[in-house]
Amino acid sequence: MSAAKRPMVARERGDFDRRNADWYIDRLVQGLVFLGGISAILFIIGIFVFIAKEGLGFVIDTLDLTEFFTSKYWEPSDEEAPEYGILALIAGTASVTGLAMVVAIPFSLGAAVYIGEFATGKTRESLKVLVELLAAIPSVVWGFIGLSIMNPLIIELFDVPVGLNVLNAGIILGLMAAPIMTSIAEDALKAVPDRYREAAEAMGATRWQVIYKVVLPAAKNGLLGAVLLGVGRGFGETMAVLMATGHSVNIPTSIFDSVRALTATIAAELGETAVGSDHYSALFTIGIFLFIITFVINLLADLVVRGVRKG
Amino acid sequence: MSKHQELNCAIQTEGLNLWYGTFQALFDVNLNIRNGRITSLIGPSGCGKSTFLRSVNRINERLGYVRINGSIKVHEQNIYAPSVELLQVRKQVGMVFQRPNPLPLPIRDNVLFGHRIHNRAESSSRAEEDEIVEQALRQVLLWDKVKDKLKRKATELSLEEQQKLCIARLLPVKPRVLLMDEPCSALDPKGTEAVEELIWELSGQYTILIVTHNMAQARRASEECIFMLMGKVVEHGATDELFLAPREQQTADYIEGRFG
Repeated sequence: MSAAKRPMVARERGDFDRRNADWYIDRLVQGLVFLGGISAILFIIGIFVFIAKEGLGFVIDTLDLTEFFTSKYWEPSDEEAPEYGILALIAGTASVTGLAMVVAIPFSLGAAVYIGEFATGKTRESLKVLVELLAAIPSVVWGFIGLSIMNPLIIELFDVPVGLNVLNAGIILGLMAAPIMTSIAEDALKAVPDRYREAAEAMGATRWQVIYKVVLPAAKNGLLGAVLLGVGRGFGETMAVLMATGHSVNIPTSIFDSVRALTATIAAELGETAVGSDHYSALFTIGIFLFIITFVINLLADLVVRGVRKG
Repeated sequence: MSKHQELNCAIQTEGLNLWYGTFQALFDVNLNIRNGRITSLIGPSGCGKSTFLRSVNRINERLGYVRINGSIKVHEQNIYAPSVELLQVRKQVGMVFQRPNPLPLPIRDNVLFGHRIHNRAESSSRAEEDEIVEQALRQVLLWDKVKDKLKRKATELSLEEQQKLCIARLLPVKPRVLLMDEPCSALDPKGTEAVEELIWELSGQYTILIVTHNMAQARRASEECIFMLMGKVVEHGATDELFLAPREQQTADYIEGRFG
């Protein structure tokens, strides 16, 4: 900033026009921050263009979209007639995510209500830290737990041949999604102004009545947003699901069936395909599909959460 | 109301001391607040008037670090006795806050909120509920304005209407005492006038205790007046007398605007 330190003696300028170092620093920082802000948009467009480039040509020229979405046979390595049907993969992802939500919603909403409405002082602070810590556990560690702890446990408890199935992955994914859902749900509860609680309590409402009749209805958009983000997390999760589902293409009829997820398919197969081959492009098509779904879910969650701020 | 109750006071305190943590906010408050009258509490900021008001329906306890000794009796019953059920106290002693705080629910549900939580055993029919809503809203002079939009959210009303609604929702549970913590301070002059009018309408049916730091309002809108300073009651008397001929020098100084 040595240039800026030079006294500004521009003859035509009055005192009010003088620019000092602070002015340049301000400009510089503004520029940097703007770059940082805009980069998120650039990256997302870049990623979309990349995925579309790899998959879209295939979608338009070669792929039979009806077959893609309705066939339950994913047999890309069949030499004579490879088949690219993702119905079973969608069923796999959906069943695992669905079960995960059944596990995560009561846990996360319960935790959020406890942290937000009941816990005070140190209990509250340490719980919040712990929840955040839980969210930071790498997904491969969860997958490891699924493989080495849940798997034998399920085999023993339910007397089934394989413990890597919808139940296993659903529980693992539910526990993984719960922390983030908890913190978003807790934010939603915290956004409910305290004067509502005070008003209800002053009328003689019990704590539970205050929560049930006032706080939860007032926070319902935020809570729905939390659930939607959990669903988005479920659709996008790869490693833990890959490890815990059993990874076999299958439309599940019970929670003890092994399945395969969309994400896990990409992760497991992309490395072994020739760049530009049909199989490669089919995997990218799955990528586009996942991208669109998670994008829509996140957008929806965002809109829903925003709705509550306005209302 | 029986004659016996009429003669008695609605709220009596004996040796009431209150601490927030280690800070003592009320010192040895002894008051007899008359039944069916409007009593105003005046005094400079921080004199303990709101604290006192908030301890009469024990909403102070939300803070968790409030300690109290002495007693507050509402219609002869010590509300701080160990056997007392907090929810029943709050049913008998309704509270109106400084900032109108209708719940983010439809107007109708706001009016019925207290009624529903206190009558869980026998649920009322829709017709009965309609009756309750109309009666409460008529009492606060709000019925004609909102009768066509009872399903609209209460938070959409103007501040004056919100504050009237906050009074209306207390009435269905038939409280005996209404506490009002600067009920007009968030309102414009017209709203203030309307709410003061309403308070007059309600006097006689309810014992009303109103905190204000608007002395003109205390003078206009109350029959008895209590002047507090630094957590102590300095003077308590008929409003006219207190303003025209205060017994204490401190009262005189305050109402003449020499401090506060």
